[in-house]
Amino acid sequence: MSTTETIATGTDTTTGTETTTGTETTTGTETTTGTETTPADSSERTRGPRIGENAPRPDGVPKVNGEFAFGNDMWIEGMLFGRTLRSPHPYARIISIDISKALAMHGVHAVITADDVPGQKLYGLEHKDQPVFASEVVRFHGEPIAAVAADHPETARRACRAIEVEYDVHAPIVDAELSITAPPIHPDGNIFRHMFIRHGHPDSPESEGVVAVEGDYEIGMQDQAFLGPECALGIPLEDGGIELYVSTQWIHADREQTAACLGLDPEQVRMTMAGVGGAFGGREDISLQIHTALLTLHTGRPVKLQYSREESFFGHVHRHPAKMWYRHSARADGTLAKIEARLVFDGGAYASTSSAVLSNASCFAHGPYNVEHALIEGYSVRTNNPSCGAMRGFGAVQTCFAHEAQMDKLAAALGIDSIDLRLKNALKTGDRNITGQLLSGVVPVAELIERCVAHPLPAMGEVGEMMGRPGGAGRTADAHHIKRGFGFAIGWKNLMFSEGFDDYSTARVRIDEGQNGPVVTVHCACAEVGQGFVTLAQQIARTVLGLDEILLHPADTQVGSAGSTSASRQTWMSGGAVQQACEAVRTQIFASLAATHGVDPETLAIQDDHIVSVDGTFSIPVEDAVANKTFEATEVNRHVQTVRLDADGQGDAHVSFAFAAHRAVVDVDEELGLVRVIDITTTQDVGKLLNPRQALGQIEGGIAQGVGLAVMEEIIVTNGKVRNASFTDYLIPTTLDMPTVTIAALIEEPEPGAPFGAKGIGEPPTIASTAAVAAAIRNAIGRDITRVPVRPQDICL
Amino acid sequence: MPIERIAVGLTVNGCAVEQWIDPCAMLLDVLHELGLSGTKKGCEMGACGACTALADGRRIVSCLALAASYAGAAITTIEGVGTPDELHPLQEAFIDHDALQCGYCTPGQIMSALGLIAEGCCDRATIREGLSGNLCRCGAYPRIVAAVAEAAGL
Ligand code: FES
Ligand code: FES
Repeated sequence: MSTTETIATGTDTTTGTETTTGTETTTGTETTTGTETTPADSSERTRGPRIGENAPRPDGVPKVNGEFAFGNDMWIEGMLFGRTLRSPHPYARIISIDISKALAMHGVHAVITADDVPGQKLYGLEHKDQPVFASEVVRFHGEPIAAVAADHPETARRACRAIEVEYDVHAPIVDAELSITAPPIHPDGNIFRHMFIRHGHPDSPESEGVVAVEGDYEIGMQDQAFLGPECALGIPLEDGGIELYVSTQWIHADREQTAACLGLDPEQVRMTMAGVGGAFGGREDISLQIHTALLTLHTGRPVKLQYSREESFFGHVHRHPAKMWYRHSARADGTLAKIEARLVFDGGAYASTSSAVLSNASCFAHGPYNVEHALIEGYSVRTNNPSCGAMRGFGAVQTCFAHEAQMDKLAAALGIDSIDLRLKNALKTGDRNITGQLLSGVVPVAELIERCVAHPLPAMGEVGEMMGRPGGAGRTADAHHIKRGFGFAIGWKNLMFSEGFDDYSTARVRIDEGQNGPVVTVHCACAEVGQGFVTLAQQIARTVLGLDEILLHPADTQVGSAGSTSASRQTWMSGGAVQQACEAVRTQIFASLAATHGVDPETLAIQDDHIVSVDGTFSIPVEDAVANKTFEATEVNRHVQTVRLDADGQGDAHVSFAFAAHRAVVDVDEELGLVRVIDITTTQDVGKLLNPRQALGQIEGGIAQGVGLAVMEEIIVTNGKVRNASFTDYLIPTTLDMPTVTIAALIEEPEPGAPFGAKGIGEPPTIASTAAVAAAIRNAIGRDITRVPVRPQDICL
Repeated sequence: MPIERIAVGLTVNGCAVEQWIDPCAMLLDVLHELGLSGTKKGCEMGACGACTALADGRRIVSCLALAASYAGAAITTIEGVGTPDELHPLQEAFIDHDALQCGYCTPGQIMSALGLIAEGCCDRATIREGLSGNLCRCGAYPRIVAAVAEAAGL
């Protein structure tokens, strides 16, 4: 927190760097063209990279030279600083809140509580059950109770401490299993969702095979730990509305929820995306948006609210911890006869996306395998633990860890090679999953498995140098005690939102005459969180329109919703919307050519940078065809309708599926319980690589988070209290923890219905990498591992 | 706040600055006061490296650097590396290798790598060890190491 004040004004002259003023500079991707950084070819103008090429990120240059403005870089003259007061207890009744001392402090402009929420008091992405501020009961450690706006961050901090809250502390309910039958801790009850998937006849005697294995599995609470903490800047508008700049995954959902709590029309809340320092699911829910807006309207002044790292751990939802019981039964030849599972997901205090996460976990619970019969029972449950919601992989990560452990166990019981067992049961196009949905898209499960395991092991040599051994910088592992292990896993999940959700994205594309020729402006509210959508948007526009100069309008609410940057959906949904808007503009260009040149628009096509007729008699550079004209189109891209699962968990709930396989190599020091992940070899079905270099980054990054969950990342919650809300205690992989990533194959088989055939690629790398590392550790030490992250005591005790 | 401010002379990216600061202020906050927001704040505990800057050529985590104790020191931040028109070769290498996703860690990675290259790094293992204090949650590590190796002439 800043404790300085610049007494000398006008610092601009001293450093040669301009202070940010106003809000124009607050967005990351504004009016950036991607063409400056591409190497010039021999022709006069620069040809920008198209689909399938390694286009550079349009925001790459400002990100490497420090100019890119992230949320917490926002600054505006006269702004106040916000701060949130949070509950120190996981479960307590609030007896009284006294804000008088805080309000009387010099420099404090507002202290607000639940009483100051003019609109709805509750909000939530799926289900409105979370108070903007707790007023009667606090249900998790860190729940917001009040917020302060002051003229200095330090004043705001002290004012929060001056707020007096009297609690009647209760024993928290922290065990999800017990919470199912415990007295409700919320008027809406303790069960977010209880569901079954019944496939085949799991109750019939014929469903039983000859060999069965059983297991209990557990997964700890992972944090998204994006590096740029939450931040928002609110600016009051003269019409009583508000302008809100925020680093988020879905500005339109933020606007809906914020406006409802402010008691305003959504149109009165104008939102613009501020630069996002990573997201991974943790910015899908509201964190500080409503608080910032309330403080702004309350004071009539601009207010900036930003979280510290510690507050970030309390301020967003996490990955659901889960306990899973599984039983697999197989025929003598290895055919999967029946899979039974009972999944208990701890959703924490408020609903967030717990229902959808559980649905995903259940739908993918059997793994990418055919099975004759299945009975999956799932619970997502309210407790007094921190709230859980979206994180990369969204439910599929948890069950993948369990189903892959089971497959290895079953293979051992059957005396069959575990890879052969997987291949024997592998799903393929034309099969049905356990919800009865026909898998009509690309389902290359067998190929992914075969190519991953067939890939030669990377050169790893013997046990590594000191720094490369388990324990690394601690230099503790003795080379003689290190055991090397190998493990394999494959996972899958859905792309896009499921179960009947009206999922769409909007894009507006406009062509204007610029100074050096036509300029295409793409306006889409898609959140760029580092995945590289802005790069793809430019590539798509260039490919469809044959023009090179593509500007990206800041993502804001002046255009329709793009939906969330989650569920591996933006390439398909927003990429598709950009493609469709470009195609609509292209149709307009063809019509204008028909008018001016008398050509039949039906015969025209754009080939590279020319408009040509199919018979070859007509050809004109696109640049010339659009010169001094304006074209504009807005398109909404919706995917096929899905349905909510019925009481037996049956239905076509999903749009498309993606798969990835991982082979892990680990070194384990059995005596010290230390693990070093050496290599992850992977195969993934990608549909089509739109930008190969960016795709590799997604795969490597996803694997880093999967490895983190396998061996180090866990929010430790003891009796409802978070114990490690810092980067010194919650460890994420460093470059030394990062294994080599070997790409054995990326299968480019176009997915029907997807723009350019491309599948989303962000999540699959995170799903099975955790399970593969756990399998490798089992292989190394010859003991069962039933919990991730794997702790030293799980190995050596 | 009744804290007496002190005048501190810093040299930031080659420019001499005289700044009145809280004696307890951290360099990271003073840089932001100066409008230099390229140095990022990820943890304020010295654990993430996002705030890495150079002091007399040596790498420091500016969130733990007492600004007053850097009086007279030559501070280099990401804004002092390359120019808007001409990127530093290391910045070019980050772009060529796509060594970033969200970019939040990137200024810190680049400053840390500049310090490391100046310290001398002979192979990729040294680069990995030398950059292990700079977290990248997007997991761009393999690309970062490749970019730094290229800039270091390895
Ligand atoms: S902000 Fe300084 S090390 Fe994280
Ligand atoms: S690029 Fe996002 S943290 Fe490194």
